[in-house]
Amino acid sequence: MTTLDLTPAPGAAPLPRMVLAQTGAEIRAMLRNGEQLLLTMIIPVLLLVGFSAAPLVDVGGGPRVNFIAPGVLALAVMSTAFTGQAIATGFERRYGVLKRLGATPLSRTGLMLAKTLAVVAVEVIQVAVISGVALALGWRPAGSPLAALPLILLGTAAFSGLGLLMAGTLRAEATLAGANLVYLVLLGCGGVIFPMSKFPDSVQPVLELLPISALTGGLRSVLTEGAGLPVAAAAILAGWAAVSLLITSRTFRWE
Amino acid sequence: MESPAVEIIDLVKRYGRSTAIDGLSLSATRGAVTAILGPNGAGKTSTVEICEGFRRADGGIVKVLGLDPSRPELRARVGVMLQAGGVPPAMRCGEWLRLMSRFHAHPLDPAALLERLGLTGHARTPYRRLSGGQQQRVSLASAVIGRPELVFLDEPTAGLDPQARHACWELVGDLRACGVSVVLTTHHMDEAEKLSDRVVIIDHGKVVAEGTPSSLTGAERQLRFRARPGLTLDELLTALPAGSAAKESPSGHYIIEGQVGPELLATVTAWCAAEGVTADDLSIERRTLEDVFLELTGRELR
Repeated sequence: MTTLDLTPAPGAAPLPRMVLAQTGAEIRAMLRNGEQLLLTMIIPVLLLVGFSAAPLVDVGGGPRVNFIAPGVLALAVMSTAFTGQAIATGFERRYGVLKRLGATPLSRTGLMLAKTLAVVAVEVIQVAVISGVALALGWRPAGSPLAALPLILLGTAAFSGLGLLMAGTLRAEATLAGANLVYLVLLGCGGVIFPMSKFPDSVQPVLELLPISALTGGLRSVLTEGAGLPVAAAAILAGWAAVSLLITSRTFRWE
Repeated sequence: MESPAVEIIDLVKRYGRSTAIDGLSLSATRGAVTAILGPNGAGKTSTVEICEGFRRADGGIVKVLGLDPSRPELRARVGVMLQAGGVPPAMRCGEWLRLMSRFHAHPLDPAALLERLGLTGHARTPYRRLSGGQQQRVSLASAVIGRPELVFLDEPTAGLDPQARHACWELVGDLRACGVSVVLTTHHMDEAEKLSDRVVIIDHGKVVAEGTPSSLTGAERQLRFRARPGLTLDELLTALPAGSAAKESPSGHYIIEGQVGPELLATVTAWCAAEGVTADDLSIERRTLEDVFLELTGRELR
């Protein structure tokens, strides 16, 4: 039998090492989960290809892919930061994983940092895949990617806040159902594929305040119209991020 | 002087209107194994989870390694085994232990720990596909991987098969030999008797007895045997030396207490011969911790 030296030698690892280890575990969990991949990679790419190729929706002038690609990028951010993160974290809470990690030297701040880094890393993969497919379909983005980056980061913060708010307060099953429902509703009425102009004038101003509409609208004005950073869209996303993260920090239950 | 591993004074914990812990005090010595014994709902898990920093006390003082349980520096010094769960179901158990090892400055080698606990062949198995006993061993491994000074084990052998139970006992013995303080909860009397330096029996959120296993069972011996149920013991009682007692508990199991010696033994066997009773498993032994436990906490199911 192996002899182990169990003599006490306690000590926490340096914070960056702990956070990177947890980030790696989170990324592997996301990429290994079939349902999550369906949501974060397969559905966005299918929508991109399908709606770019077939004239299913009237998107105005120009190549269809120029309209669809920014919407699908926004959808990808929502699927990872909101839907995927909400469901995964909800079940981690249910299975006592969050509780167990609370008994390790990794602090809660460290855990949240790792989750954020993992979401961003998966988004990098999503953006690479979706942009690659879109370029192959003839997408010619206007504007600077540097103007799109702050929107994506603000969108990530807003959707993470909303996802963690659900995960930290609802039962895991309720989070699963709710996060998928919200995903579908926001996919339908957030300007991802169907232009906002298709909705009645009376509901448009309300729909435009949704985080998904701000992200799709903002990305489109940068990548399709070549505008600089759209301040209104950034402000809406920042507002959602601030409010949702504040409420989450007050209500999140670890058990 | 070095503070005790755990010191609890007048701990109170309420859940809504019910009081789970009601003025509990106990102390766990450094480098020793302390067993907290009690029936379901006695307050064992609540007590341990307050020490682990998962729950807040409603009253009293709790010090773990001399510190308030909420202090972050304790997370590296204290190892925790939860009663259930805590590992992502899809994660491979080798991967989980490697992750846990990355949180510590001088961790045990995850592969060596897996081998020690007989899990090497399952390093690539997702946690949810492991048997209950294997899952328990993964939790046990997570509790010790950071080479802590103090380990809390909440029912470490619940639901384990005999091999896994012995593997767990051996690891606890090794921890003790290496100077690690261990606090464990259990329902198993043999576990408490075998493993611990000190036993604390709690019931209804209070300590009802504590001491070394032998001080709790006492030096007094009993004569026990099995026979057909429902024997009339009156005649035996009159024949026994004064101050002796005889009872049937449970049905078909007879216990004679008193000055257990050759004379008492002869009296009992003579009575058996006269009554035509064949006494099975006749033995003279000390009270077990189980007897003490049932005496203190009652026999009714809960």
